[in-house]
Amino acid sequence: MSAPRVRAGRERPAGGFELYSWYFFRISGLLLIFLAITHVVIMHVINTVDEIDWNFVADRWGSPFWRAFDWLMLFLALLHGLNGARLAIDDYVSSRGWRVFAHSVLWSAAVIFLIIGSIAVLTFNPEAFQAASSAMGS
Amino acid sequence: MTTGTVPTQGRDTAVASTRGFVAYRGYRPPAGMLSWALHRITGLGVLLFLFLHIVDIFLVGYGPETFNDLLFLYRHPAFRIGEIILVAGLYYHAANGVRIILIDFWDQAAQYERQLFYAVIAVFLAGFIPTAILMVRAILT
Repeated sequence: MSAPRVRAGRERPAGGFELYSWYFFRISGLLLIFLAITHVVIMHVINTVDEIDWNFVADRWGSPFWRAFDWLMLFLALLHGLNGARLAIDDYVSSRGWRVFAHSVLWSAAVIFLIIGSIAVLTFNPEAFQAASSAMGS
Repeated sequence: MTTGTVPTQGRDTAVASTRGFVAYRGYRPPAGMLSWALHRITGLGVLLFLFLHIVDIFLVGYGPETFNDLLFLYRHPAFRIGEIILVAGLYYHAANGVRIILIDFWDQAAQYERQLFYAVIAVFLAGFIPTAILMVRAILT
């Protein structure tokens, strides 16, 4: 295994954070093929944005399975995507100042979107609104 | 005067004598470069949409009025077209991702890089064409 060989992705890093990132990129990618394509088929082909509304989401998230499915997808897709953006920054942004700026934006986006996404998926409580609307109706 | 050896750039220049529009071969990136560029563009595009998607689903916690009021955005024809482009990007990224993993973990696959790229295009079309037909039909009805 000493001869140079073609690689489609980047060369496997020797170790440390970059090696974890390399493996994470590939494993999360494989899982996301299943998760994201299932999501697309259910939410964009079988159902469409004409059918999907607040009640649709409330029904769907009545099931712990779909909440777990969606949260796992959120977590993997966000980190997979931001890892890709991180590699793009490494490729295109070379000056020290802009690198600090780009990586700050990247990691802030990771934290902020992971938090608001998790709040959305995990804390959503449709009964609060359904109770309020039925109280108004009566 | 110099009719001697013209530096060849591989087999892609072999048919450069054909006339007309098709004669323009231009700069044709090798399969590896094209697949890489598409992979990066589709990946960053899907990430951009993911940010928007997280914001919209966050609003579900603000109740039916807030959430449903904003859905006019996604129901706009321009967004419906964008939705199909998004699915195209995602399908390509998924198919080419498998190719990357194959080449990374399977030594023989590297020798078939070009064939694997054609396989990626075939898998992409096999998935995308039926999906696009169903999505376009849903817009029109």
